[in-house]
Amino acid sequence: MGLFSSLAEKLGNVFSKITSRGKLTEGDIKQAMREIRIALLEADVNYAVVKDFVSKVSEKAVGEAVLKSLTPGQQVVKIVNDELVELMGSTNSKLEVSSKPPTVILMCGLQGAGKTTFCGKLGGYLLKQGKKPMFAACDVYRPAAINQLQVVGKKVNIPVFEQGAGNPVKIAANAVEEAKKLGYDTVIVDTAGRLHINEQLMTELKEIKQKTAPTEILLTVDAMTGQDAVNVAKTFNDELDITGVILTKLDGDTRGGAALSIRSVTGKPIKFCGTGEKPTDIEPFYPDRMASRILGMGDVLTLIEKAQNAVSEEEMKKLEKRMRENKFTLEDFLTQFKSLAKMGDINDVVAMIPGMNRANVDSRAIDERINKYKSIILSMTPQERNHPEIIKSSRRKRIAAGSGTTVQEVNALLKQYDQTREMMRAANSGKLPQMQQKIVRQKRRFR
Amino acid sequence: MGFFSKIKEGLKKTKEAIAYKLNKLFTGGVLTDDFYDELEEILITSDIGAETTDTVMDRLKGEIDKNHVRDTATVRTLLKKILVELLEENEQPTYEYPLVIMLSGVNGVGKTTAIGKLAKKFKKAGKSVTIAAADTFRAAAADQLTVWAERANVRIIKHTEGADPAAVVFDAAQSVKSKNGDVLLVDTAGRLHNKKNLMEELKKISRVVERELPDAMVMNYIVLDATTGQNAISQVEIFNEAIDIDGIVLTKLDGTAKGGVVLAIAGELGVPVVYVGVGEGIDDLEDFNAEEFVNGIMDEQ
Ligand SMILES: Nc1nc2c(ncn2[C@@H]2O[C@H](COP(=O)(O)OP(=O)(O)OP(=O)(O)O)[C@@H](O)[C@H]2O)c(=O)[nH]1
Ligand SMILES: Nc1nc2c(ncn2[C@@H]2O[C@H](COP(=O)(O)OP(=O)(O)OP(=O)(O)O)[C@@H](O)[C@H]2O)c(=O)[nH]1
Ligand SMILES: [Mg+2]
Ligand SMILES: [Mg+2]
Repeated sequence: MGLFSSLAEKLGNVFSKITSRGKLTEGDIKQAMREIRIALLEADVNYAVVKDFVSKVSEKAVGEAVLKSLTPGQQVVKIVNDELVELMGSTNSKLEVSSKPPTVILMCGLQGAGKTTFCGKLGGYLLKQGKKPMFAACDVYRPAAINQLQVVGKKVNIPVFEQGAGNPVKIAANAVEEAKKLGYDTVIVDTAGRLHINEQLMTELKEIKQKTAPTEILLTVDAMTGQDAVNVAKTFNDELDITGVILTKLDGDTRGGAALSIRSVTGKPIKFCGTGEKPTDIEPFYPDRMASRILGMGDVLTLIEKAQNAVSEEEMKKLEKRMRENKFTLEDFLTQFKSLAKMGDINDVVAMIPGMNRANVDSRAIDERINKYKSIILSMTPQERNHPEIIKSSRRKRIAAGSGTTVQEVNALLKQYDQTREMMRAANSGKLPQMQQKIVRQKRRFR
Repeated sequence: MGFFSKIKEGLKKTKEAIAYKLNKLFTGGVLTDDFYDELEEILITSDIGAETTDTVMDRLKGEIDKNHVRDTATVRTLLKKILVELLEENEQPTYEYPLVIMLSGVNGVGKTTAIGKLAKKFKKAGKSVTIAAADTFRAAAADQLTVWAERANVRIIKHTEGADPAAVVFDAAQSVKSKNGDVLLVDTAGRLHNKKNLMEELKKISRVVERELPDAMVMNYIVLDATTGQNAISQVEIFNEAIDIDGIVLTKLDGTAKGGVVLAIAGELGVPVVYVGVGEGIDDLEDFNAEEFVNGIMDEQ
């Protein structure tokens, strides 16, 4: 597979490599950072941005707290994610409104990024909020650009102000006058796609800005953009002092690392996402979702959080200690089982692990089983719970009767307990990683 | 203006220009770690991708050791050679007529514009050219293509918005047959490769072409935007699964993006880059030349 193996799997490997070992060394963190660096680069985050990011994260990761933590690998992943989310800004799809209507919104960006399409989306969105928007057709270069805006306008029921292939600066200014006259409170200005290095066309945008005093200047960027995103965003921001960014075509399978690059070089908020070709395919920007997307980790982080919520640090410590001392009893077994149940539907849990598909497990059956286990264990004497090896045939019969289950079910519980203990012993002697990996490999093969 | 001079012009305009960095790098100096780091940066910022960069760097270091290279200038020549070889592994197509060229790709990459440019190119070569407007979906797509057909002075077959694109292609094929045309250019709607139904639609269009023009040479080209990063790999991969891609048209090379991802694609998928787009004008389409492409990435000003 090489080049095409998915990031999710790669990071899944890093993740399991670190977590399965338990304690981390500084060398481990270095290795993890290398992998994360590659992951970010393959996600199209800009080279320089990645460099900064990784050095920041690794500083945090070598901190005492991580090295001493019970789940250092998970901590590292969490630090990476938290840092990403923070860099990505907040969910902020609020558009500023001018105190002197009409509010002018200027769209700009490279060729084919999705400006004209987004005019339609934004218009529809504002219409729903009770605004009265109008479009201004200021792309006088692209063949049939005006027709396109008109078709879009018709779809969302918003009028288009156009003056053919005139001077875009004048057309924009005239559109604003027209809006004032006709009582439109918002003018969305569609402009031609242009290269950031085209001085003449960049000057044209500056003139439109000067003449129409836009409240919002939105840079539209294709989410599939690669390393060049920093150059584009930086130049547009330097020249126009943009107010926000629109990230389009997120309905594709791109990792969208450009989002991080753009945020880092402009510091401007990403306000909306385009998620399709229809006027309704507009969404607010969610930094946390974007972070997981860039990391290609799917919901690994949700899984980590769920696990952390389900088992308290205290409980973890206790379990770990008992495991180490080989004192893992039936009571501990029940605690562990319950915490797994607390993480939610087992199918969802499995689906969140990279490289694993949704398991076909009946989660109701699992709940039932946990309840049965509970009553079986409750029917045991404290001595039996702490020394399960004394539970022989007559005791099994008594326990089954007392808990309203069958001897077979009691046997099943004891067997599963034995297996779990076996696994824990293996974990203590360092054999578990291979075991786990074998299971993962098998799962993959059967996909 | 030629492709190379356009690229050079683009490079001149940006201080971030890779050429500038390389120039600085290659004028003297020794093979230090910093030197390799900077080389790596140059490759990665051209969108070649971290993994392909590793492969290229490994190969480069191997050559350096083998040839006992000590100076940076020779390293530069070696690196260029490696990159050019990667691109030239895949053979360029030679056309036979009647010829069908179908352009497909994700949204907004420059398919329609490239159809206009190709129409002009074949028309100039004395061929009789027909365009099929098989994007019946996007707002005013046919209007846009009509303008290009007029500019190139070629025939266009179109239906109304929302019509079946396969039906447009069917009509166009009949027209080409009856008029003994040389070249049929098929413009398709932009579609993201992860949309199953749209990829099925593309397969259907492709089947109609094959069925209606069985004696024609059919070339399926995917259009890639040079600004695109690593996602271009899965674009080519999945379009190729659907309709067997014969080549790449790499557009928007007149910007500051380098389109380095085609190096990863060339190495992994064996699909050649056939044309490059270097502007919005009708003549801004050039035959791909690996050496010029690599020069565009690496040469000093
Ligand atoms: N799948 C998908 N396609 C999109 C999205 N936004 C825009 N598009 C498509 O991208 C292509 C280009 O969109 P346009 O709105 O014409 O882009 P533009 O920036 O106005 O292009 P120029 O005016 O030529 O610079 C069209 O095919 C749109 O349908 C999106 O969020 N998802
Ligand atoms: N600078 C530059 N712009 C280009 C080039 N090729 C196309 N464009 C511009 O990119 C934008 C999109 O081009 P289209 O030809 O409409 O792209 P498309 O792939 O047909 O788009 P959809 O049909 O909407 O998917 C237009 O503004 C074109 O003028 C190029 O080589 N250089
Ligand atoms: Mg437009
Ligand atoms: Mg098109």
